[in-house]
Amino acid sequence: MDADGSVSDESGRRRRVHGMLKLYYGLNEEGKTPEQPQSLDPCDINGPHFDPELYLNKLRRECSLSELMDHETCMVKQIRSLDSDMQTLVYENYNKFISATDTIRKMKNDFKKMEDEMDCLSANMAAITDFSASISGTLQDQHAQITKLSGVHTLLRKLQFLFELPARLNKCLELQAYAQAVSSHRRARCVLQQYSHLPSFKGIQDDCNTIMEKLAQELRQKFRDGGTSAKDLSECVELLLQLDEPAEELCDKFLSHAGSRLELDLQGLEAEIKPYPPTPALKDAATRRSSSSTAVGSPSDNNSPKTISLPSPTPNTDILEFIDRGCNEFVSSLCLVITSYQELFINHAQTGELASKNIPQMANGKLQAFVDDLAARYFLLVERRIQEEKGVGDNSLLVRALDRFHRRLQAVAKLLPGSAVPTRGTEIVIKSVLASVHLFTAKDITFSNKPYFKGEFCSQGVRENLVVNFIRFVCQSSRQFCESAGDKGGSTPPALLLLLSRLCLDFETSTISYILTLTDEQFLVQHQNPITPVTTLCGEAREAAQKLLNHYVKVQGLIISQMLRKSVETRDWVNTIEPRNVRAVMKRVVEDTTSIDVQVGLLYEEGVRKAHSSDSSKRTFSVYSSSRQQPRYAASYTPSAPMDTNLLSNIHKLFSERIDIFSSVEFNKVSVMTGIIKISLKTFLECVRLRTFGRYGLQQIQVDCHYLQMYLWRFVSDENLVHFLLDEIVGSSAHRCLDPSPMEQSVIEVICERG
Amino acid sequence: MEDDAPVIYGLEFQARALTAQTAETDAIRFLVGTQSLKFDNQIHIIDFDDENNIINKNVLLHQAGEIWHIAASPADKAVLSTCYNKTSDSRVVSCAAVWRMPSDWDSGNHESPDDSAHNPQTLELLCHLDDSAHRNAACVLWEPMGDGKRVISLADNHALLWDLQESSTQATVSSTATLEGKGQLKFTSGKWSPHHNCSQLATANDTTIRGWDLRTMSQIYCIENAHGQLVRDLDFNPNRQYYLASCGDDCKVKFWDVRNVQEPVKTLEEHSHWVWSVRYNHSHDQLVLTASSDSRLILSNMVSISSEPFGHLVDDEELSEGEDNHQEDKSKEPLKDSVVSTYEEHEDSVYAAEWSSADPWLFASLSYDGRLVINRVPRALKYRILL
Repeated sequence: MDADGSVSDESGRRRRVHGMLKLYYGLNEEGKTPEQPQSLDPCDINGPHFDPELYLNKLRRECSLSELMDHETCMVKQIRSLDSDMQTLVYENYNKFISATDTIRKMKNDFKKMEDEMDCLSANMAAITDFSASISGTLQDQHAQITKLSGVHTLLRKLQFLFELPARLNKCLELQAYAQAVSSHRRARCVLQQYSHLPSFKGIQDDCNTIMEKLAQELRQKFRDGGTSAKDLSECVELLLQLDEPAEELCDKFLSHAGSRLELDLQGLEAEIKPYPPTPALKDAATRRSSSSTAVGSPSDNNSPKTISLPSPTPNTDILEFIDRGCNEFVSSLCLVITSYQELFINHAQTGELASKNIPQMANGKLQAFVDDLAARYFLLVERRIQEEKGVGDNSLLVRALDRFHRRLQAVAKLLPGSAVPTRGTEIVIKSVLASVHLFTAKDITFSNKPYFKGEFCSQGVRENLVVNFIRFVCQSSRQFCESAGDKGGSTPPALLLLLSRLCLDFETSTISYILTLTDEQFLVQHQNPITPVTTLCGEAREAAQKLLNHYVKVQGLIISQMLRKSVETRDWVNTIEPRNVRAVMKRVVEDTTSIDVQVGLLYEEGVRKAHSSDSSKRTFSVYSSSRQQPRYAASYTPSAPMDTNLLSNIHKLFSERIDIFSSVEFNKVSVMTGIIKISLKTFLECVRLRTFGRYGLQQIQVDCHYLQMYLWRFVSDENLVHFLLDEIVGSSAHRCLDPSPMEQSVIEVICERG
Repeated sequence: MEDDAPVIYGLEFQARALTAQTAETDAIRFLVGTQSLKFDNQIHIIDFDDENNIINKNVLLHQAGEIWHIAASPADKAVLSTCYNKTSDSRVVSCAAVWRMPSDWDSGNHESPDDSAHNPQTLELLCHLDDSAHRNAACVLWEPMGDGKRVISLADNHALLWDLQESSTQATVSSTATLEGKGQLKFTSGKWSPHHNCSQLATANDTTIRGWDLRTMSQIYCIENAHGQLVRDLDFNPNRQYYLASCGDDCKVKFWDVRNVQEPVKTLEEHSHWVWSVRYNHSHDQLVLTASSDSRLILSNMVSISSEPFGHLVDDEELSEGEDNHQEDKSKEPLKDSVVSTYEEHEDSVYAAEWSSADPWLFASLSYDGRLVINRVPRALKYRILL
């Protein structure tokens, strides 16, 4: 060791430090100015160019004797103090060195001891391993035996269960615990089947089969009885299905049973009408209806009134009550039947083994026919009742009744998406309005003989003023939802907009032409005056539907935008912490988008997407993040090329189409979703551009965008659109970032997957 | 000779702030402020040579920070104000200041136009327009047609009226108005009315537009929910004292009569994204310019609510004699409101549009990617308005 060298070096440094300290505190040596500590003056005793010869000569020349003396004492004092400083330092270092040596020695000892202990430990471990091996060796045999024994035990238990089965089933039958019986039998059935070549098992199987036969008989009886409640009934059906009863037969039985109960309801409703047959003026229409109803094939309708009795001034129940009753009894039990039927035959069958046999389709078809048939008869009744109302002339009651009627039918529509019931319902509402006018013409029969009246009244009064205006009114009032809601905040629930738009679209496709043809037929409208053609009305309805849908997209887009905007505006992006999670807002956005997707999916078709490869999500990640994103970042931190970022994004924009944010959408789900997502992301972009980001702010945006990208592409028609907008967002925030160092792509992926 | 094609100029940096040089009435000149966090920001002085259809530019350095708003003094060509963001110690502070351009900024640039870009001069700071109590200036408004001595700055929820003294080197607050209410209120933009002897101010915060009397600094009218969402910009009709245009995030442009604030007089829905700027033409108030983040600029002809709703009364006779092709467009009825033209030269969001103060038929628009486009009103319309 060259302790000497290091010590002297040390002290030299120390002296310099010492001198600097002195200078700092204003103690200037040798009358030198403290402002220039690093002078080239050879007379500066602390300077690097110090020349003792020159210094001495200078002192001798310049100073008097007494000054020289003073100087000498001062010098000696300084030398002494430096010496003592040096000494202390040397001692300190020496002490430290000694203690270090001690420590090392001690460590050596300790390690030796530890080594011994480690040896001992490893020896012990070896012994333990041996022991454990020998123990497991001895126990091996016993273990095998125990396994075997327990296997035998379970087998015996199973056998016991089988032998006891007939008795148990009998008991269940006695106690009417059908469910338990069926489940027990199901468990044993296949075993019995497999071992049926052994006589004893065969016996058991036969016993069981006879009992189950009896049980099935009983169930069928119960099912046929019909006195049981709906819940019992469904239980019966479930059990029978499990017993391999033919599902088709059951469907029929179930429906016929339900039908007979609904029949009761219908008869009850009919009974209310019966005492008050239609007025003579309506006789023609009524008989026409009833004859058409026989064609439908319901026996109960055959005794509809054909005899003419005196018309009563008012029926004993008013129309509102009638409709109420109809709704409460008939429609609600119809709903119940549909739900339980679907539960039993369709949903159930899909999960079970029955799915392979096309049961759901068959069951669905049956249900459809059944409901349509019943609903048709119900509508006939309602129509008849409405016709009676003609004489009364109190329209408000009628309107309210019709309104309620229509609303209740919506419930049915929800349950059975493919059914024609709601459309028929709407038609009835409109037809009844027409009929009331028809009544007017019929009564004033003398007037109608005059051709003038016919032309004017029919074409102008009825067709134009009533029917056309009615349709126009529907369109207009729906359009008003769009306009009023725009200014005064979202007072209209978005779902209503969606429903109305679908309604208008349905008007356009079928309802309008149907109604107008009906009117023309009934009133023998002569087209002498210019009349509104069907196509214009359809056009209006379509326009209204389009407007409503656009507005829906706008409203939903704004709701999501508002969330995104608040989340960007309220945060301090410069001093944010390193991102560990996807922000909760982003999760909200994805959740809301998904629920909107479901909502729109209920009413509109899927629509077309641009084709993308099968593993879209995987592929696009890499494109989005590495190949396109990375060069852009790289450009943004190299100060030599400020143009590149702009250039790159501009070139990119040149080749991509211009995106219209609040543009018109098509009548399908994908187009609607694309619209909503476009609005939201554009808002995000604009908000990001108004803020300044720190390093972690940028990284948080990266994480959020990656998360959105993972979930949003599947909703839109062209996923490149989402990529482009998200790219813009990340690019813009990188631009607006004080310290743009992006996060590793792999880290982002980990965070997003965890979120 | 005259060409209707647009003239395009590109800046190296992103930019939001654009203004016409108000005091300059001979040359067509615009000022653009850039936004960059990494480099020194610049103010580009864009001169448009109408005869030769070319652009001359000069660059001045604005080292204080990135520019969010710029406004030129109506009296002194060389004086302008900016609102800028300054970042220090990982904090972002918004400030406002009045600056003077160096007197020789355009000397010698005609010989070597590249020189100015290499060695740009710096703006001279005249005074700051903020004190410790009022920060975060959103915009600075000069008194319209004034002597360049009075400005208003909108900072957070305060409107401050400043007096500039000693050739603008000193600014003192002469009066303030404060917006009070629930939550954090913040002015987003404002406009000083040129009518009523310049005693009125209109401001926007969130979805509300408010009018203020500057003599008493009190509110005179308030349009609640003027737009479905945030109001981005306002402008006063230069010829009709009660008429005000506004635009906002609901993609609409609305025209108001401030005497009846229940309903807008007129609403335009031509844009497909947020509208960031609305500007009346200074002399022909039927011409309205709107800029939007759908990357479009739209010029509308709002005749029905302009100061000349029926055009010139001699119109019909003159036109029936000459120019047949124009006669088609023009019915005997009063002129209808219409979109004159949609300009699609921008690729990114357009945040600002301004009419030239020298030529009433010329305007500039600026998009975020730093593209400045200069356009003219179509000649057919120009002649129809003039003749």
